[in-house]
Amino acid sequence: MIADDARPRLPRGVRLREDKVRERWVLLAPERVVKVNPIAVEILKLCDGSRTLGEIVTGLAERFKADPARVGTDVRALLASLAEKRMAEL
Amino acid sequence: MSHTPPPPEGLLAELTHRCPLACPYCSNPVALDAPRAEMSTDDWKRIFSEAAEMGVLHLHLSGGEPCSRRDLAELTAHAVEAGLYTNLITSGVGLTRELFDRLVAAGLDHLQLSIQGVDAPQADWIGGYKGGYAKKREVAAWVTAEGLPLTVNAVIHRGNVEDAPRMVDLAVELGARRVEIAHTQYYGWALKNRAKLMPTREQSDRAYAAVEARRAHYLGQVVIDHVAPDYHARFPKACMSGWGRQTLNVSPSGKVLPCHSAEIIPGLEFWNAREKPLAEIWAHSPAFEAFRGFDWMQEPCRSCERKGQDFGGCRCQAMALLGDASACDPACTKSPHHGLVNEIAARDSEGPVEGFAPRRYARQEEIPTPA
Repeated sequence: MIADDARPRLPRGVRLREDKVRERWVLLAPERVVKVNPIAVEILKLCDGSRTLGEIVTGLAERFKADPARVGTDVRALLASLAEKRMAEL
Repeated sequence: MSHTPPPPEGLLAELTHRCPLACPYCSNPVALDAPRAEMSTDDWKRIFSEAAEMGVLHLHLSGGEPCSRRDLAELTAHAVEAGLYTNLITSGVGLTRELFDRLVAAGLDHLQLSIQGVDAPQADWIGGYKGGYAKKREVAAWVTAEGLPLTVNAVIHRGNVEDAPRMVDLAVELGARRVEIAHTQYYGWALKNRAKLMPTREQSDRAYAAVEARRAHYLGQVVIDHVAPDYHARFPKACMSGWGRQTLNVSPSGKVLPCHSAEIIPGLEFWNAREKPLAEIWAHSPAFEAFRGFDWMQEPCRSCERKGQDFGGCRCQAMALLGDASACDPACTKSPHHGLVNEIAARDSEGPVEGFAPRRYARQEEIPTPA
């Protein structure tokens, strides 16, 4: 499990950007275009290496008035799946 | 057709067909575009702007060897400014430290480096360029030290098939985040050299399994993209993810192609990006319309449950092997002509690897000898 004090970030060469033509957000990586849902966009915008995972979860839970445990599970699942693909660093 | 197809996600820009290497499996056409036919810097810039505007996300700067273009850094900077994710596909040979630094400054996102073998004698023999392997190792070190993502690409054929899993290990050693193990696809120069490149089915199966076994081992360390050996597969590849569906290819002289090999199909009319806007070409050029969707399909593709998955395989392969571009790709076990693929694969896997035709402009032809 990813630790609370991990500082997740998108590595160089992985870019979160709006795809205006298709009205969606995408994560661009080598030979990969990953569609990103609105919740994941909010998570990934915070993954710049400056915040800990714990801070990201607390912040999102407060902002969206959600259960921190549930937010924590979602954030960890997203980051773990991206890390497997070398699209996030922890 | 009157409706507009969804926009492409990727554009492969073959900036030039010039290349210092002579790999016998090159996917470039056997009739290479001459240097004097290449488009200008301004042509390419306009095409990149149009591509970004129409929804292209990934730009692959390729060739030939794209570093042979003196305006490569300028083109990269322009593409980055247009919002494109820029991927340089290079042999590393011809990439100087100075050019590398300029590409980084321009905002290059990713570099894909080809590797011909797991050691210098093998790699330099296949690539036809002495010192190439050492140069590639040097380039890989620049890329990883800079923190840019590195992909290592290795094409597998009879001359290196036993080393396929070691190519993955080499990529990891070089610090790659992604490795592409591509069993040779027989188009262009590879088709011409097929009898020198085809592994036996046993070699092919063994290599495939060994590479697949590396996936779990390197999970989270390197992403393995594995291009299956067509002639030894059960189902065909989803060539280009479907014709005119996701990507387009612009040749050095500006011809816009649904794939790099499409010119071998007779009767297709290609439009040129020097003469028409890219979006119009994508939507209406007869070459793109020819095999878009499912209407062109014959049986067994037309009623096949996999047609939305592999799109009938590859049109160029159906053309090259059967003389009919709208036939089911004979690499598919459902094709009535699949026996032909088995026959060719068995026949072409016999005999020595030596004596392949190096990829060169016509007047420079010469045969290298193994190191």
